[in-house]
Amino acid sequence: METINYQNFRIEAENICVDYNGKVALYDANLRLKPGQICGLVGMNGAGKTTFFNALTGFVNISKGKIRINGESVRSAQKDQTIAYVPQNEGIDSQFPISVWDVVMMGRYGSMNIFRSPRESDVQAVKDAIERVDLTDHLSTPIGNLSGGQRKRTFLARAIAQRASILLLDEPFSGVDIRTEKLISELFIQFKNEGKTILLSTHDMIHVREFCDLVLLINKTVVAYGETSEVFTPENITTTFGGISPDSLFGPES
Amino acid sequence: MELCSFLTLDSFIKDPLTHDFMRKALLMSSLVAAVCGFLSSYLTLKGWALMGDAVSHSVMPGVVVAYALGLPFSLGAFIFGVGSVALIGFIKQKSRVKEDTVIGLVFTGFFALGIVLVSKIKSNIDLHSILFGSPLGISLSDVKQTIFISLLVVILLSIFRKDLMLYCFDPRHAKTVGINVFFLHYLLLTCLSLAAVVGLQSVGIILVVAMLITPGATAYLLTDKFDNMTVISVLSAIISSLIGIYVSFWFDLETGGSIVLAQTFIFLFAFLFAPRYGIFKLKKLFNGYK
Repeated sequence: METINYQNFRIEAENICVDYNGKVALYDANLRLKPGQICGLVGMNGAGKTTFFNALTGFVNISKGKIRINGESVRSAQKDQTIAYVPQNEGIDSQFPISVWDVVMMGRYGSMNIFRSPRESDVQAVKDAIERVDLTDHLSTPIGNLSGGQRKRTFLARAIAQRASILLLDEPFSGVDIRTEKLISELFIQFKNEGKTILLSTHDMIHVREFCDLVLLINKTVVAYGETSEVFTPENITTTFGGISPDSLFGPES
Repeated sequence: MELCSFLTLDSFIKDPLTHDFMRKALLMSSLVAAVCGFLSSYLTLKGWALMGDAVSHSVMPGVVVAYALGLPFSLGAFIFGVGSVALIGFIKQKSRVKEDTVIGLVFTGFFALGIVLVSKIKSNIDLHSILFGSPLGISLSDVKQTIFISLLVVILLSIFRKDLMLYCFDPRHAKTVGINVFFLHYLLLTCLSLAAVVGLQSVGIILVVAMLITPGATAYLLTDKFDNMTVISVLSAIISSLIGIYVSFWFDLETGGSIVLAQTFIFLFAFLFAPRYGIFKLKKLFNGYK
């Protein structure tokens, strides 16, 4: 049986291609991640990081290749609440009239009835998730009144409430305060111990070294993939960023 | 003395109610306003004002053709409303023209087709009432249609209230947790077309977009809670309709225009004096006096 090969992998993307109206955004990309692995997704703006996320969540269709999530199709991963997506702060409307509680409750929608009326277990899951990101004092605060870090934690809580086994995080560290950064890194260690798989995109090279077991360097396709210590070399980074030397990337301004 | 009795609030409100056509107009316009106001929260948050304008204008040829063929006007309007959106999507995908340009050219094209058809068909279609609305002259069959469509939209919006909110807020998350985003997109479009159809009876095709966006915009300035926003939006829409009809009755003004102007004034009031988001922040002024 072919599916047996996939059983060890949480995410298995094989030669995937995505194009928007004939424009290629990503081609021949491969990725395999096991439970408990944290992988950094590194590339320039427009290199296809968000497209990669979109393909894994099923938000865009792949034109070629194959994606298996826990050995099953993306469609059944959606039904099973397997993947949680944590958007970057710029990706959401911060002026939307909605409270922290309501955002986190959205993590439960997929497993609720058609009216999305919360059961006792949903309420408990939301409470617990908000407690883990330390926002219990802000249950009814509109997201517009939160700081960037608190807003990031709200969406992280939504992913926790969803009880997903795979977390996709778009720039989790951009625009957050030190306290949030510390909290997120502690959560990452907990997630890892719980056997969750994490794929995160970042511009910050230091975070890659700090958290990521694996790194995926992309520029429309995979430039390099493997253990961070082996793959995250100045040469590979230079190739990924189109010839810009890593010195300028690691410079004091970054 | 005559003037004084005219000016009392009591007779201002009660006198028009002695007329059958006024009672009907007030009831039907309130219903239509409630439906449009309900939908308005979603459209303003989704950023679909231009889409609302497009759909409401595009229903014109549908209304004319339906009248000419003796079909329910809502059916024709609905087909052309949804058709215009499909056409906008198709042209956008197949050409390099930007979306707002495509929206603009499609809906004006449909609208022009409607006007040309009216002049050619020349049946008993009253162009004026289509363009500017005729809440005072609404027929019995129109009343039935309006009630049916309004109930349908309210039921659909009520069932999918939370899903639509999620769709407006974060469609990517909706998709990720297995919610049918494609369905929600077309559900919202369907409700938009249907609301435009009932709304045009009150204020006419040209102004119906105001019914679909102004109450939502007003409510958006007054609250940070989605449920409250919906309630405020519906209430402000109903109040505007009542004010508009009364004012047009007493001062002999165009009814549709009066309703929309009432909405605009309520919006301006919120814009200036909303507790948190108004220019003068009423709350701060009050607190200052304490």
